[in-house]
Amino acid sequence: MIKFQNVSFAYEKGRPVLRDLSFSIARGEAVGLIGANGAGKSTVMKLLLGLLFGEGRILVDGTEVSKANLAVIRRKLGFVLQNSDNQMFMPTVYEDMIFGPLNYGLSREETERRVDAVLARLGLTELKHRYNHKISGGEKRMAAIATVLAMEPEAILMDEPSSALDPCNRRIVINTIRDLTQTKLITSHDLDMILDTCTRVLLLSGGRLVADGPAEEILRDRALLEANRMELPLSLAGRR
Amino acid sequence: MNKMEKALYELSEMDELAARSSPIHRLHPAAKLLSTIAYIVVTVSFDKYDLSGLVPMLLWPVLLFQLSGIPVRTCFYKLRIVLPLVMAVGLFNPLFDRRIVLQLGTLAVSGGVISMLTLMLKGLLCLMASFLLMATTPIDKLCAALRMWHVPKLLVTLLLLTYRYVGVMTGELAVMTEAYHLRAPGQKGIHISAWGSFLGQLLLRSMDRAQELYASMLLRGYHEHFHYAPVRPFALKDALYAALSISAFLLLRYVHVAALLGKVIVR
Ligand SMILES: Nc1ncnc2c1ncn2[C@@H]1O[C@H](COP(=O)(O)OP(=O)(O)OP(=O)(O)O)[C@@H](O)[C@H]1O
Ligand SMILES: [Mg+2]
Repeated sequence: MIKFQNVSFAYEKGRPVLRDLSFSIARGEAVGLIGANGAGKSTVMKLLLGLLFGEGRILVDGTEVSKANLAVIRRKLGFVLQNSDNQMFMPTVYEDMIFGPLNYGLSREETERRVDAVLARLGLTELKHRYNHKISGGEKRMAAIATVLAMEPEAILMDEPSSALDPCNRRIVINTIRDLTQTKLITSHDLDMILDTCTRVLLLSGGRLVADGPAEEILRDRALLEANRMELPLSLAGRR
Repeated sequence: MNKMEKALYELSEMDELAARSSPIHRLHPAAKLLSTIAYIVVTVSFDKYDLSGLVPMLLWPVLLFQLSGIPVRTCFYKLRIVLPLVMAVGLFNPLFDRRIVLQLGTLAVSGGVISMLTLMLKGLLCLMASFLLMATTPIDKLCAALRMWHVPKLLVTLLLLTYRYVGVMTGELAVMTEAYHLRAPGQKGIHISAWGSFLGQLLLRSMDRAQELYASMLLRGYHEHFHYAPVRPFALKDALYAALSISAFLLLRYVHVAALLGKVIVR
């Protein structure tokens, strides 16, 4: 469903962030994108969403990501931003949640039903009519995830979905992600979460893809992880 | 909370005031907008020496405060920064216009003083009317009303996004001043040597955030068309409200209530 073909990208000339990146993700696959700070994970997502353009080809469902196809591409993808403050722009959580579905032409009633269903599923019903500037960072993150789920996209991209969450909400997010049948691409430094939610892992380092394989395999490879500024997930390190 | 956070908090509090419920809140936004515009036009049109004619115009905001349950205190508290600026406009009138127009016992009142007071009162009334509109009508309903009147889409969206953007900018400013003060304890304000980089950063940061926010709108299918919450159809009571309030303003404008009262009492 998602295909990168020889993608390179630089924010500034002479400082490439991604070099000749190629991979593809099948429909329904759950893929973790990991790498040190500044490895280019968020950049991969932004390229995929057509927020940035680089060299090479990116395909979503066979459609090339280009200025002309943006509407089609974005309709299929739901994106949870790394910074939820930048995702929520309406006064209340509810108003933020109906924004996407209404733009895609859903009726008010249908939208309302979806919103309530998503909130119930995430255990956030209490948050519905709260003001975005008056909820905590973690609550805002949960609400941001809710706004994206309410759009029912074909693929979900999440940039650090578990950061700022308390253990309980983290668990809820993990379980929610596991229940989603959509294609998933998730970046995180929380490797335990990646292990819990993804079957496959892409490891990015210095703008290149240095590993691509089953999550169980890559996340168990202490030498590989440490060479790339990461550690074994706690659940696999055996120091619990 | 630092000053900026407070300002931000206050701004977003307008959304909350507007989300309350009262007979005024429940009126159609277009009716309130119309009535407010009429009020401002009529208020401004009073002659610059017609202080006694202008005073009865106070009745309207007082009535609205009563009916809407919005505390007068909140209004003055929120307007405390702009109010002095608006009031200062007429401050020099007494210097330019020294013609005596009124003799109260031994006290001679010059035309300048009267026109200064009139101007101040006009400023106060207009601000109160705008505040009351914003405090009883959510911004997106107001925008929906403007769209109903076929105000260009672009203009309305601009208004809405500006309103939100002010929040983004104050938010960034709050974060930055806090970060600054944590590393410059005991310092009052921001040292002049840091102003340049501070302002530059503020601009870049709020632009970055505005851009991300806009991207997040685009990613959720936004396309030049904002889906405002549906506004219920214009009802009889809305028409009545608009018609009654506008006739009241015109009455106050053309029938000199103070003089009339004076006559009645003298008789
Ligand atoms: N707007 C920008 N202009 C210039 N350089 C940028 C910009 N955004 C990111 N970069 C650089 O590009 C590189 C990759 O950034 P990116 O945000 O993709 O990293 P990341 O893997 O998501 O990191 P993190 O784990 O910290 O979120 C970094 O070296 C960063 O400094
Ligand atoms: Mg990132």
